[in-house]
Amino acid sequence: MKKLRHLEEHVFRFLMWLSLLVVLGSLMLILGTMLWRGLPSLSLTMLTQIPKGGYYLGEEGGILNAIVGSLCLASGATAFAWLFSLPVAIYLHGYASRSRTAHLIRLAMDVLWGVPSIVYGAFGFIIMLWLGLRASLLGGIIALACLELPIMVRGMDEALGTVPPALREASYALGATRFETTIKVLLRQAVAGLLTAVLLAFGRGIGDAASVLFTAGYTDRLPDSLFRPVASLPLAVFFQLATPFPAVQQRAYAAGLVLTVIVLAVSVMARWLSRHLTRHVVR
Amino acid sequence: MDERPHIEIQNLSVWYGEQRALKDISVAFPARGITAVIGPSGCGKTTLLKSINRLLETSDNVRISGRILLDGADIYAPGVDVTEIRTRVGLLASKPFPLPMSIYDNVLYGPRIHGLCRRDNADAIVERYLRAADLWEEVRERLQTPAHALSTGQQQRLCLARALAVEPEVLLCDEPTAALDPISAQRIEDLLRGLKRHMTIVLVTHILRQARRLADYVVFLWLGELVEAGPAEQVFNNPLSERTRAYLMGDIG
Ligand SMILES: Nc1ncnc2c1ncn2[C@@H]1O[C@H](COP(=O)(O)OP(=O)(O)O)[C@@H](O)[C@H]1O
Ligand SMILES: [Mg+2]
Repeated sequence: MKKLRHLEEHVFRFLMWLSLLVVLGSLMLILGTMLWRGLPSLSLTMLTQIPKGGYYLGEEGGILNAIVGSLCLASGATAFAWLFSLPVAIYLHGYASRSRTAHLIRLAMDVLWGVPSIVYGAFGFIIMLWLGLRASLLGGIIALACLELPIMVRGMDEALGTVPPALREASYALGATRFETTIKVLLRQAVAGLLTAVLLAFGRGIGDAASVLFTAGYTDRLPDSLFRPVASLPLAVFFQLATPFPAVQQRAYAAGLVLTVIVLAVSVMARWLSRHLTRHVVR
Repeated sequence: MDERPHIEIQNLSVWYGEQRALKDISVAFPARGITAVIGPSGCGKTTLLKSINRLLETSDNVRISGRILLDGADIYAPGVDVTEIRTRVGLLASKPFPLPMSIYDNVLYGPRIHGLCRRDNADAIVERYLRAADLWEEVRERLQTPAHALSTGQQQRLCLARALAVEPEVLLCDEPTAALDPISAQRIEDLLRGLKRHMTIVLVTHILRQARRLADYVVFLWLGELVEAGPAEQVFNNPLSERTRAYLMGDIG
C-alpha cells in the first residue's frame, strides 16, 4: 500500500517534469529556430528600408513597410477596441454584474473569442465591399479591432472581477456614487489587469495574418493614408516564405524575429508601467 | 431614552433571494452613545447595520421592506439621495480596506467627493481627522506612502479617520476589532468611547465583554429576530427574555 502511494508520487512528479519540459522545450525550439534561421539575414538595411525592385528575388531592400504597417494596424485596432471594451467591462462590473444581459455579453464574447481569424477577415471584407472601401489601413484596423475586442473585454472583465467587493463598499459607504467609485477605486485597483488585457489583445492583433489578408492588403510602400493598403509583418513572413529562394525565405524568419521582439518589448514595457501604476493597489 | 430616537427602525424585513435574514424588526437607537447589537454569528447583525446606510441594496438579490427613520425622515422613501444618507451615516467595516491610494488621499476621499476640500484646507483636514483617529503621530512623516503599507491596526484607524472626515452623525461599526490584535482593538475601543459623546454609534459585536465595556444600550438579535432591546444595565443584569439570559450565560449561541 505504502509502496503504491510512493509510486504514484513518482509517476506524478515524472509527468509534471515531462509537461514542463515539453512547454519550455517547444518555446526554446521556436525561439531557437527563428534566431538560427533569421539572425544571419537580419541587418540594419532590413529594418530601415522598404523593398526595392527585385527584393523578393533576393536583392536589396528591407521590411520597414511591414514593421511600420503592423505597428499602425495593431495600435489603431487596439485603440479602437479599447474604446469599446472598457465601457463594456465597466458595465459588466459596476452596473450589471450578474444580470441576464451581463451573462449574454459574456457568452457572446466567449463565442467571438473562438471565431477563427480568417472569418473576421472575410467578415471585414464584406463590410468593406458594402461600404465601398478597398483593402486599406482602415479596413485592417476594423477587422483587427473585431478580433481584439473579445480578448480585451474578457481580460478586463477578469481584471475588474478581482477587485474585492468590500473595497467598492468602502467607497460607497463614504457617499461616493457608482461612477466615482468606478473611476477612482475600481479602475485604479485593477489597472495592472486592465493593462495586461490591452497588451494581450495587441499581441494577438499584431501577429494575425488571416484577418488582414483581404482587409489591409499588402504594399511595398510605407503607410501614408487610412484608405490605402498597408503591409504587415505576418504577411511579410507569409509572402517571403512562399518564394522559392532560400535567401528570401531566410528573411521571412528575420521578419518573424522582428515581430516577436516587438511583442516582447511591448510586454516588458507594460510590465514596467504596471509596476509603477500599482504602487497603491491593495493586495 | 427620553429624547427622540436618532434612528428608528420600523417593521424591517430583509430577504436574500428566498432566505429571510431579518424578520420584522422594530427598534430605536437613541441619539449619541453606543448601542451594541449582539447575537451569534449569522443572526443578521451585519444585515441590520447595512440597511441603516443603504449599503445592502448594492448586493444582488436583496429585498427590503419596512421603514428606517433617520431624524424622523424615512431613508427608504422615494426621491431620497442615497449618497446623502451614506454621508450622514458612516461605516467602519470589520476588515480594514484602505482605498488604493496614499494615506493622505484616503482621508480626503470623502471630503473631495463632497466638495468640502479646497487647496488651502486639505492639509488641515488630513491632520485633523488623522488626529481624531489617533494615527497622526505615526504617519505624519509618510502621508504620501500607499495606505496598504500600514499595519492592520493602523489601517483600521485610517478607515476610521476616512469615515470621520465626511462628518457623519451616525457611525456604524461592524465588529471593528475582529481582525485586530488586542492592543489595536483596545485603541479602537478607546476612540469609540471618545466619539460617542457627539455621535450616535451602532456597534455590532459578538464579543460580549466588548459590549459590556462599551455599550449604553443593547439590542439582542437571534436568528433574524429581535429578542430584546434596552439600556445596557438592564439587558445585562436583568434581561426580560429567557433567551437573552441563556445567551449571556453562554448556554446558547
Ligand atoms: N449577500 C448575501 N447573500 C445571501 N445570503 C446572505 C448574504 N449576506 C448574508 N447572508 C445570510 O444572511 C444571514 C445573516 O447574515 P449577517 O447579517 O452577515 O449575519 P451576522 O453579521 O450576524 O453574522 C446569514 O444566514 C447569511 O448567511
Ligand atoms: Mg457580520
